[in-house]
Amino acid sequence: MMRKRWRRRHMIEAFFKGLMAVSFLVVAGGLGAILWTILVKGLPALTWDMITQVPQGGFYLGKGGGVLNAILGSLYLAGGGTLLALIFSLPIALYLETYLGDSDWGRYVRLSLDVLWGIPTIVYGVFGFIIMLAIGLRASLLAGIVVLSLVELPIMVRAMDEVIRRMPVDLEQAALALGSTKLEVAMRVVTRQMLPGMITAILLAFGRGIGDAASVLFTAGYTDRIPTSLLQPTASLPLAVFFQLGTPYPVVQQRGYASALILTIIVLIISIGSRLISARLNKYTVK
Amino acid sequence: MNRQIQFDVNQVNIKTEGRLSRPSVVARNRQNRLARRTFFVVTLLPMILIAAITLMLIVRSWPILSAFSPRDLFLGSTWRPDRGLFGFWPYITGTFWVTAVGVLLAVPPCLLTALYLSEYSQSFTRSIAKPILDLLAAIPPVVYGVWGLIAIVPFVEDVLAPLSRRWLNFIPIFAVNQPTGFSIVAGGIVLAVMIAPLIISVVYEILRTVPNDLRHASLALGATQWQTIRQVVIPRVIPGMVAAIVLAASRALGETMAVLMVVGNVARVPQSIFDAAYPLPALIANNYGDMMSIPLYDAALLCAALILLVVILVFNILSTLVLQRMLGKNWT
Amino acid sequence: MDTHIRVRNLNAFYGKQQALKEVNLEIPKKQVTVIMGPSGCGKSTLLKTFNRFLELTDGTRISGEVLVDEQDIYASNVDVTEVRKRVGLLAQRPSPLPMSIYENVAYGMHIHQMHKDRVSYKQAVRHYLEIAGLWDEVGKRLHDPATSLSIGQQQRLCLARGLAVEPEIILGDEPTSALDPLSAQNVERRLLDLKEQYTIVIVTHTLRQAKRLADYVIYMYLGEVVEAGPAHGVFNNPQHERTRAYLEGQF
Repeated sequence: MMRKRWRRRHMIEAFFKGLMAVSFLVVAGGLGAILWTILVKGLPALTWDMITQVPQGGFYLGKGGGVLNAILGSLYLAGGGTLLALIFSLPIALYLETYLGDSDWGRYVRLSLDVLWGIPTIVYGVFGFIIMLAIGLRASLLAGIVVLSLVELPIMVRAMDEVIRRMPVDLEQAALALGSTKLEVAMRVVTRQMLPGMITAILLAFGRGIGDAASVLFTAGYTDRIPTSLLQPTASLPLAVFFQLGTPYPVVQQRGYASALILTIIVLIISIGSRLISARLNKYTVK
Repeated sequence: MNRQIQFDVNQVNIKTEGRLSRPSVVARNRQNRLARRTFFVVTLLPMILIAAITLMLIVRSWPILSAFSPRDLFLGSTWRPDRGLFGFWPYITGTFWVTAVGVLLAVPPCLLTALYLSEYSQSFTRSIAKPILDLLAAIPPVVYGVWGLIAIVPFVEDVLAPLSRRWLNFIPIFAVNQPTGFSIVAGGIVLAVMIAPLIISVVYEILRTVPNDLRHASLALGATQWQTIRQVVIPRVIPGMVAAIVLAASRALGETMAVLMVVGNVARVPQSIFDAAYPLPALIANNYGDMMSIPLYDAALLCAALILLVVILVFNILSTLVLQRMLGKNWT
Repeated sequence: MDTHIRVRNLNAFYGKQQALKEVNLEIPKKQVTVIMGPSGCGKSTLLKTFNRFLELTDGTRISGEVLVDEQDIYASNVDVTEVRKRVGLLAQRPSPLPMSIYENVAYGMHIHQMHKDRVSYKQAVRHYLEIAGLWDEVGKRLHDPATSLSIGQQQRLCLARGLAVEPEIILGDEPTSALDPLSAQNVERRLLDLKEQYTIVIVTHTLRQAKRLADYVIYMYLGEVVEAGPAHGVFNNPQHERTRAYLEGQF
């Protein structure tokens, strides 16, 4: 009497369920496809030279050299940008949670951060460029760092805000009950509980910063040398990829793929690394 | 009853009345207030930044905004900076077409995936889905561009275009008018994959806000899960889904690098998805070098940026407002 | 005793934790059966096995049989939505669907396509609202949102909604514990009226409610059935030490 009958509604359900599973597999498979393609195309040209040498003469015509300039350039840019962003993000995030909580002003600030997050990086690049012109700064590592820090700021604050919000309220109250001021709560208790999440937030922002081309396009310039001062222009991996792929020489294009692979590997290391670190540090956090 | 205790600590006089108050406490409170004020100023930064960017773009594109009528600028199709002709229409439509294709391609599978993850899957599936989505979101745009070059452009050229030419050629928007794979559809495909993680994770969070009690109430009456989803869950979250789509569209509008590499960069008003196009971000990125050498060129490019910014701001603010209200504390 | 539900060697697990241990019992037809016991003894878990709601939670597992009219509802060829149609559930917190009052009651009937036309749907909705004792209060505003009702009214709405799919068994998971005393009394009265037509199984953690409602009692402790039998027998002359202790209010 209660036997399964293939009624219409069960068939409809089975159909959509199948569709959903397929969609999911497509998305998951997409990741695999992208990584696989980059690996296959980039690996052949990924030589030791590529990561240890700067472009020699005629590099873009097929002669020798590597992309060390771009690798280091990207690391400097993203490193500096992340550091600069961190200096501003941490106070903003702490203040948001500790003092503002759910207040109206807090909502406006969060809305602004979300809006900033949505502004395309090329607009940031253009903004940076204008400022550079206005103050007479030339395309340089410094300019790139400043623009990247602007790009990374909303990402970092949002991620930190998430971490702070997840903090159990009792923890704060326990500390306050011991007689701490709100500032002390913020600096001592809150920061320690949040450490793994913070590191994840920082690495997340770093990963986005290192991969972005549009913001550094106008502001960091490009050069075949490794920058030795903040005022010199610098190469970056995304742009290195772009320029190498733009030449008509297959050898150079292959190196472009390899550069893309290098960039992907860096980003993967950061992504997986941040996961591992946060898992390890989460030992002490109160859930 | 007044008890006055005077301490001289580090030449600071502290008078207290009525209760004992150690100097360290007062100092800490002063520290607190100072920090509070400093921190508050810092939170003004985001809003100042938005205002600064918008203002700067308006000011710097003013020369061209005041030199031409909006009609000539935005609807004009001729772009010859050396002749002083700036018609944005091809770029505006190009941007629109690529974004539309990207969003249309991404939305159905992403909605289904989010539904699957929220309503049907085991926690195991969800635990592998999250890292996958995070990784997809972390891949740099230029790498997507390279993938697009290697995999998608040939795919369009060798598979999709011939198929369309054979079966769909009578429909104008599917007509194949140029031989290469560098096209709007290629840009759309790449964009779709790029915005997928965003759509999936936001829609997933929205679905999670529907209380389980409601699902149980429907299931207890003998409804299938799909019936429950369709009649109870989805109606509650439609505004959120729309907001998620609008948000994803605003992201797609601004994507520069990946699209630039596969879309062909040909400034013509598109007639078909197999045409090449020239979106606004690509316009800015490709020409900034010449900006300063031709009069009004810099203002024109900044005007392009301004158009982008305004549209994105509107989309972004509206969708964020809706989503913030729906998701409350769980805004990822 | 006419048995409606028969449970044989039922074990239930939440992951590694065992929530039900070798449960064997029978639930009589057209009577009010009350499952009582201290917190955490497995009463809700047991109830959820009757309408296959346990499987909605990740990581749950059962072994054994639950037979409704001598048919195992966990058999592999059984349609779970049919089971849930026959075995209805009234939850602890009223959960009106996000629709109008009318649509709430009609929802289940639409799902199972139980009527042919508009008119018969309307009549059915009215009928069940009357049984639940709500018609007088909402008859004139059927298209108002269900959330505009008071919590007591919402619970009665859920009752009407559940009855509309014509179940044979009504399960109640502490159905009045979220209500004010007046509404609770109202719902209890409805349930007593309904036992002439339906088999009712209620979980409660208040002894007094058990005494008020029960025709048949099952007392559980730590996942096991300690004692089961007709109400006046168990209440007045409990066989087991534990039952006696519980009845005397020791815990």
